[in-house]
Amino acid sequence: MLDAIEAILGVPAPLLFGQLLLGLINGAFYAMLSLGLAVIFGLLNIINFTHGAQFMMGAFAAWMLLAWAGLGYWWALLLSPLIVGFSGIILEKLFISRLYKLDHLYGLLLTLGLGLIIEGVFRNEFGSSGLPYRIPAELSGAWDLGFMFMPIYRGWVVVAALFFCIATWLIIEKTRLGAYLRAATERAELVQAFGINVPRMITLTYGAGVALAAVAGVLAAPIYSVNPQMGSNLIIVVFAVVVIGGMGSILGSIITGFGLGIVEGLTKVYYPEASATVIFVIMAIVLLARPAGLFGRA
Amino acid sequence: MTMSRRSMLGAFAVTSIGSSLPHLARAQAGNTIRIGVMNDQSGTYKDNTGPGSVACARQAIEEFGAQGFNVELIAADHQNKPDVGVALARQWYDQGVDMILDIPTSSVGLAVQNVSREKNKVAINVGSATSDLTGAQCSPSAVHWAYDTYQLARTTGGATVAAGGDTWFFITADYAFGHALERDTGDFVKAAGGRILGAVRTPFPGTTDFAAFLTQAQASRAKVIGFANAGSDTINCVKQAAEFGITRRGTKLAALLMFITDVHSIGLETGQGLVCSETFYWDLNATTRAFTRRVLPKMPNLYPNMIHAGCYSATLHYLKTVKDMGVAAAKAAGGVEVVNRMKAMPTMDDAFGAGTIRPDGRKLHASYLLEVKKPSESKGPWDYYKVLGTTPAGEAFRPINQGGCALVRS
Repeated sequence: MLDAIEAILGVPAPLLFGQLLLGLINGAFYAMLSLGLAVIFGLLNIINFTHGAQFMMGAFAAWMLLAWAGLGYWWALLLSPLIVGFSGIILEKLFISRLYKLDHLYGLLLTLGLGLIIEGVFRNEFGSSGLPYRIPAELSGAWDLGFMFMPIYRGWVVVAALFFCIATWLIIEKTRLGAYLRAATERAELVQAFGINVPRMITLTYGAGVALAAVAGVLAAPIYSVNPQMGSNLIIVVFAVVVIGGMGSILGSIITGFGLGIVEGLTKVYYPEASATVIFVIMAIVLLARPAGLFGRA
Repeated sequence: MTMSRRSMLGAFAVTSIGSSLPHLARAQAGNTIRIGVMNDQSGTYKDNTGPGSVACARQAIEEFGAQGFNVELIAADHQNKPDVGVALARQWYDQGVDMILDIPTSSVGLAVQNVSREKNKVAINVGSATSDLTGAQCSPSAVHWAYDTYQLARTTGGATVAAGGDTWFFITADYAFGHALERDTGDFVKAAGGRILGAVRTPFPGTTDFAAFLTQAQASRAKVIGFANAGSDTINCVKQAAEFGITRRGTKLAALLMFITDVHSIGLETGQGLVCSETFYWDLNATTRAFTRRVLPKMPNLYPNMIHAGCYSATLHYLKTVKDMGVAAAKAAGGVEVVNRMKAMPTMDDAFGAGTIRPDGRKLHASYLLEVKKPSESKGPWDYYKVLGTTPAGEAFRPINQGGCALVRS
């Protein structure tokens, strides 16, 4: 059976299964980050280029909680999104809220600039080579799946990411709060006329989107180097994911996030040199064939 | 001796092109030697070069002391961009800088070396890896100080095979530096009787997840996985290899370019057992410890690595040479003459001990094969390495007739 698969696919089956699984794990990060972006774009019409820096801040907050306050991974998973989300709320109040009436481009430029400034401040403070952060004891170790050695922590990342993605989707699609949010996206002034404080809702939505990035940052801290550039490495790919999924589409960003992670994983087996570009090739094709994205409404 | 703090800050502020350094013009011209430290002050290589190199150069100037002439130190960020580096080098040399130091990132290092040759000024490269600096592109007014790709490949590759790691798989950053390191190391592995089972080229920059490549390396059943990459790529590879239990199952990891500053970032728990090479380790002997103790108050939260120590050693030897020639004579003679004198004088300092500079510009000293300690073996801050072996100065670097340097044939 396995030999037959190998004959068809040209690579040993265990290697292939391993890469599919690893792709799924990377996809979990793409999904979580693009979800936050989609939520923010859907409601605020802001292309949040600060997202990568906020992902990085999430990881750094986890490190600081451990190094300075002695609070471990599980506390970080709770507190880091609150801290970084709150910083996002301040950012929204001070800067981003002034741009809602202007073209998308202004929001993009502002958030890109803010992201660069945040990254620069962290680099100045903590250096460029990164800080160590260990896998929590409860999740260290690995399962031997036969075809590969699967670290327990990576499995946890997929589970946690799926949980946050589904929870966010349910809140937006199935609750009254979500209904207000979606209504405000369509006709803000009408929702306001019903007595709902739309500006506050927008601020909190931005905070929630940023908090999602911070959660992803905490999840990433034990795997990747906690360094100031960790966000900017990822953010461009994540934007491509959002564009492929359809700007502002919640479900689209989740499905494309996981899907593209798998595509990327397969590329690493068949043609590793192209693994950094394959997502952008897909983006170009999608933009030509379906400019609104796979799940977007034209 | 005056070191102008203001001029240093000024240089930091105007890292870009087209600015001028008026204070240099005002300073008395004849009796002042000006050293410009050019490196990465804000990017990926900031910790490996950056402010640490500046601090070590300043330490050398302080220890050299007042010898009848002034020494002025300035520093700037080349942002790892050859065009920025070239523009800055031209501007500095035109405004009276006598020697440019450090110059990491091979593409920038090669470009600035060409400018120094054209202007007949001194360039001492400490931070770049490529052995082309003293090979096909060697220059009579330049010296390559701390390490190079050949030495790294020889020390780590050759010694690891000798220790039983005779089958290799490479994870290689997909650009010139990675390819060169993979090729050089592969040659040594084969020469020592080892075999290369495979290699995977990872996109650079932009790869953060190496798990897929590591599992491919593991599937090859090689005894050693060689990382032909640098900086955060290497750090991520090491962390993820530990996560996937690769080292626990007996596979050795060889980081072909790694600094103690990277080990600090990885942490001993994750990095233990990793093998790499440096030409300087702060805890090698009494003199390296003494040097480190002296310079630490100036270092921004780091212990010196081989680049930092190289900046100290190079600055000291340069200043000794200038004193030997006399400031006025050194300035009048130009870069080639100063470098010739540097080559004629033996080097001696606390960081590298006694050494020499070859006609092709290669500074010679011993190279150390190092293994990262287990957490239980580490007794204090930055107690990170066990010295596994020493390659003597005469063998650590490429034989002079194999580099293709034109200075050697003539």
